[in-house]
Amino acid sequence: MVEIPEVLKYTKEHEWARVEDDIVIIGITDYAQDALGEIVYIELPSEGDEVTKGETFGAVESTKSVSDLYAPISGEVVEVNEALLDSPEAINEDPYGEGWMVKVKPYDPSELEDLMDSDEYTEFIEKQSEK
Amino acid sequence: MYVFILLTTFYSDVNSYTRMKFTALYDVHRGMGAKMIEFSGCMMPLEYIGTRDEHLAVRNSVGLFDISHMGEIEVYGKEAAFVCQWVTTNDISKLSNFQAHYTLLCNPEGGIIDDIIVYKISDEHFFICVNAVNTLKDYEWIKSEESKFKAIVVNKSPEYSQIALQGPNSQVLLSSVLKMDFSTLKRFFFQFVKWKDSNLIVARTGYTGEDGFEIFLPWNLAKELWDEIIEGGKSHGIQACGLGARDTLRIEMGYPLYGHEIEEDRNPFEAGLSSFVKFDKGGFIGKESLLGVIEKGIKKKLFGFEMVERGIPRQGYGIVKGEIILGAVTSGTLSPSLEKPIGMGYLKTDIYFDDEIEIEIRGTRRKAKIVSVPFYKKLAKEKRNGRDSRSA
Repeated sequence: MVEIPEVLKYTKEHEWARVEDDIVIIGITDYAQDALGEIVYIELPSEGDEVTKGETFGAVESTKSVSDLYAPISGEVVEVNEALLDSPEAINEDPYGEGWMVKVKPYDPSELEDLMDSDEYTEFIEKQSEK
Repeated sequence: MYVFILLTTFYSDVNSYTRMKFTALYDVHRGMGAKMIEFSGCMMPLEYIGTRDEHLAVRNSVGLFDISHMGEIEVYGKEAAFVCQWVTTNDISKLSNFQAHYTLLCNPEGGIIDDIIVYKISDEHFFICVNAVNTLKDYEWIKSEESKFKAIVVNKSPEYSQIALQGPNSQVLLSSVLKMDFSTLKRFFFQFVKWKDSNLIVARTGYTGEDGFEIFLPWNLAKELWDEIIEGGKSHGIQACGLGARDTLRIEMGYPLYGHEIEEDRNPFEAGLSSFVKFDKGGFIGKESLLGVIEKGIKKKLFGFEMVERGIPRQGYGIVKGEIILGAVTSGTLSPSLEKPIGMGYLKTDIYFDDEIEIEIRGTRRKAKIVSVPFYKKLAKEKRNGRDSRSA
């Protein structure tokens, strides 16, 4: 069973977002890391870059697949988890903790309301796996 | 997050597979927790514990693969040898009984229909192992030549399972499981082995660059043999391996894969497979065109490269140098043994080792350099060291 913490917000592309004061932390979900398998490579934006809700801000790669990362919210990147560049396996091991990817200062925090909560996301991935 | 699975070849004719195929080991893989994917219309294990660890198990101890998706075609009859000689590029007359070789099926234009292994059972009986995605195409191709000879071509694929045991510990393990000494079975030779009242074909062949065996066996025995090898292999460091590791292992060796390095509009000389084309053996399909290729010379050739800057090359990414488009990546991966990204692609022949090129990775250009293949040179190194120590 995959872990879906209640405190997070989710996208249909399997990113999570966590609000900490005026910053939004972004990563990929347990479901996503499990589906991808061993993550061997990651590409992330740089500090100061702009990310746009619904658009790609990076990519993660397993041995056999490439997956784009989609921003759950628009804003400016204020911190990047540089440790992942050398040890991307942290995303598999701890997707909601050590596997965080970027911290974004959102332009419009109300955009978060468009995201799914944990119940909606649980229902969403159940439907996905029925297909 | 949108996932592109890259292992599927883009050349499969989806319409020729009206239903999904499953190997005899499907439930075994599920039981072992494998991630399953569709490959050439067949549900296959992609990985069990992770491609990297499975890959390293094959390099360091031993790995077991289900490769039942591969096709098996048999050619029987008084002129079976002539059929094989006519449809393939290598010289079948050089094979003794119970010997096999790597060879190619070419079309009249000299393009590669498939790369295959032909096993000679006798002058009148040959067994051919073909790529999963090409099974029907190859069968129909060889079958269409049948009427020219006193021979019969049969697609035996539905009857066979195939498993591969690969890695430095494979010989000791297989000898103990099958209670037979395989230490004297030479590379590219095979033998029949009686097991549970059935005949297995045990061949010392593989697609990993390590010592190893490929075993052809009846569908109904696959689970039993798989389980016995896994059980017996525990003390030998065995690991079940999926198609992910199969692919990274073959890329490290620079082995071509149909749908990547090999296609019908590529000829053996471009693909670096000239040593498997024997013009002096007599007539064969594609000979005239291939002689023409030699006369004119080739414009492009398959090269290996490693990344200098970050990024993993993938099939279809552009290869450029300044303003010039050189070609496209045919295969690429993060090499588990070398711990760096490597890839292959067709480039103009005026490229040399250490030349710098760039790979277009999702919109950004990343530096790479041309290197020699195989990328992974353990076997060659061991041989060289062995000779050095003798001469010293």
